Amino acid sequence: MAERILSGSEVVLQALADQGVEVVFGYPGGAVLPLYDEIFKQNRIRHVLVRHEQAAVHAAEGYARSTGKVGVVLVTSGPGATNAVTGLTDALMDSIPVVCLTGQVPTHLIGNDAFQEADTTGITRPCTKHNYLVKNPDRLARTMHEAFHVASSGRPGPVVIDLPKDILVGKAPYLEPSQVQHRTYNPVVKGERSQIEEALEMLASAKKPILYCGGGVINSGLQACKLLTEFTRMTGAPITLTLMGLGAFPASDKQYLGMVGMHGTYESNMSMHDCDVMIAIGARFDDRVTGNLDFFAPHSQKIQIDIDQSSINKNVPVDIGIVGDVGHVLEDMIKIWKAKQYKIDANALDSWWKEIEGWRGKHCLSYKQPKDVIKPQHVIRRVHELTRDRKTYITTDVGQHQMWAAQHFGFEHPYEWMTSGGLGTMGYGMPAALGVQVAHPDATVVCFTGDASIMMNIQECATMTQYRLPIKTVILNNRYMGMVRQWQQLLHGSRYSESYSETLPDFVKLSEAFGFTGMTCNNPADLDDAIKKMLEIDGPVILDVAVDDKENCYPMIPSGKPHNEMLLGQETDGNEAIDSDEGMVLV
Amino acid sequence: MPPTELLRSETVKETEISKHTISVLVDNESGVLARVIGLFSGRGYNIESLTVAEVDADAHQSRITVVTSGTPMVIEQIKAQLSRLVPVHKVSDLTLAGPSVERELALVKVIATGEKRVESLRIADIFKARAVDATNNSFVYEIIGSPEKIDAFIKLMAPLGLSEISRTGVAAISRGTLTM
Repeated sequence: MAERILSGSEVVLQALADQGVEVVFGYPGGAVLPLYDEIFKQNRIRHVLVRHEQAAVHAAEGYARSTGKVGVVLVTSGPGATNAVTGLTDALMDSIPVVCLTGQVPTHLIGNDAFQEADTTGITRPCTKHNYLVKNPDRLARTMHEAFHVASSGRPGPVVIDLPKDILVGKAPYLEPSQVQHRTYNPVVKGERSQIEEALEMLASAKKPILYCGGGVINSGLQACKLLTEFTRMTGAPITLTLMGLGAFPASDKQYLGMVGMHGTYESNMSMHDCDVMIAIGARFDDRVTGNLDFFAPHSQKIQIDIDQSSINKNVPVDIGIVGDVGHVLEDMIKIWKAKQYKIDANALDSWWKEIEGWRGKHCLSYKQPKDVIKPQHVIRRVHELTRDRKTYITTDVGQHQMWAAQHFGFEHPYEWMTSGGLGTMGYGMPAALGVQVAHPDATVVCFTGDASIMMNIQECATMTQYRLPIKTVILNNRYMGMVRQWQQLLHGSRYSESYSETLPDFVKLSEAFGFTGMTCNNPADLDDAIKKMLEIDGPVILDVAVDDKENCYPMIPSGKPHNEMLLGQETDGNEAIDSDEGMVLV
Repeated sequence: MPPTELLRSETVKETEISKHTISVLVDNESGVLARVIGLFSGRGYNIESLTVAEVDADAHQSRITVVTSGTPMVIEQIKAQLSRLVPVHKVSDLTLAGPSVERELALVKVIATGEKRVESLRIADIFKARAVDATNNSFVYEIIGSPEKIDAFIKLMAPLGLSEISRTGVAAISRGTLTM
């Protein structure tokens, strides 16, 4: 097989093309000029120019999460790479497949404190799944293909490839993906059959079962979500989803209990607490979900299915841990359940559902929409209603608005919900929406954000205009960092230290300055019309909605409390301070 | 054993901290050691000793031997976290896998004259340590053995003029035909 000798940059671009990459999010700089030169000369791969490298990574994340493909980033050396660190850490925490190409100074200058030099591999080592520094041109093509393999297999995650400029300019041999044999990294996908059988036996004998599912199901793919739906309906068990798992099971289904965790529904958290058999599928028992570990699901046996062995028995000891791809394991589970004709005791299940209906009766997400001020939950619900007729993707920033969006916007399918869960990065919303809109040019993309979060990557308005991405940004404006203010109210004696948005811009004028439409709304009677108008406009829109600044996000499991000690809105109003040193210490 | 007794010993085991010697076979590429150490420090795991060297030049593989300690759940986590690092080929817990041999080398400097000097020579003889440096006022002893043997030697040298120690850390390998 004759080797093709190309320039390093040509090798990189050919590798991207052979990996099926259609778009790259990036920002140029000295160290990556050779790559940008090659990009200019071709039109197979599209480049989207952001205005800050952090946004490039978030855009790649939004692209990846809404399609199931690997997101690709291109940034320059030094500050370009360090600006990307937040995005990479975010992708690592939420297991999003991203390949990030960073420029680097020429190999002979590495370690000399050269211009725009940074120890990118050292800095990104703890915040990526894996990283590479290419010092030998013979290894360039192999590294490119391997990076995609590592990013997308097993538990997905971000991979950085540091490319010194002389490698990009010099000659290098090109290898096709099929010519690259993957060395050590070949994760287990099929679960142990005996363990699956044991797990199903445990489930079949349950009186109060619950399925607790997370982002891992979505990472596994559309088929895994379909299988999850089939399995859930087959067993008749109640199911709850984590923040990252929303959409894996249809929200409108009667078996769905709502989101679980710190701001999850009452019925979901009570069920998690009182269950006797819990199956965790693609979920990692995050501290936002478990609350106080000493009191977590005290009467239950637990089964955990995860592709990452280190996720099993990390926070919560489980009785059966099954390592495997959720999709494969669910397929086996369905086969075996049917073959053995298992059935959960109908009477027990009936009583369990009756108990759950009782909890549902609390209507924990209810709110009153008065005439004089818009409630933030209402905005979410109205946008949900008015977008039912079309394919809609939602991204959010971080805080109260994020929790309200998770609680009140029903997701029927996976890949429609993009949010920063594990890292909780403010500034995620708008750039992620860019990535989603680029991936789905004809769909409606709505970014729910807050007045504080939107300012973190506001410069991406320019990107929206440049590429005519008709993203609808809805600001739930309460003139505060909502979630910080809520915690300060509950745990710090309402000392609102630095959480008031002192000088907010006029978002209408700001939108116009960036070349698109801005709207405001502060009257509940005008809300529906404002939303409809926003959706009709052919182009980006920022809709600044003034919402009730006193509204707190409920239910809430305060830090240090177990699942069955939730604060509910109607009961808490007025008695809102929590006296807990422990609560103050935990984030 | 009556059920309650079993339960109590179970809970003691869960919180008991034990020492484990873990062997990790890795690709010999730049940054691998930094990656492993970063994993330990990033997650707050304890490193009591660490040795690394290339063991297979053709396959470009190195062996890292780490002595760490923690509860059983933490030790399982350490092994799982190590296993999922891309350059890691295999992780083996030598403390659990079966009988193993552990060896360490120490260079021990003793500055003394007269009786103490002679006594240090006698003790070195008992421990089969060799003097690899000798002056009229000092010796440097080289001692190879299990970590416990070296600890004992150092303790005995302490009142005899012990002034400096350099230890390599533990290298370990399983006994019998079991391999990584």
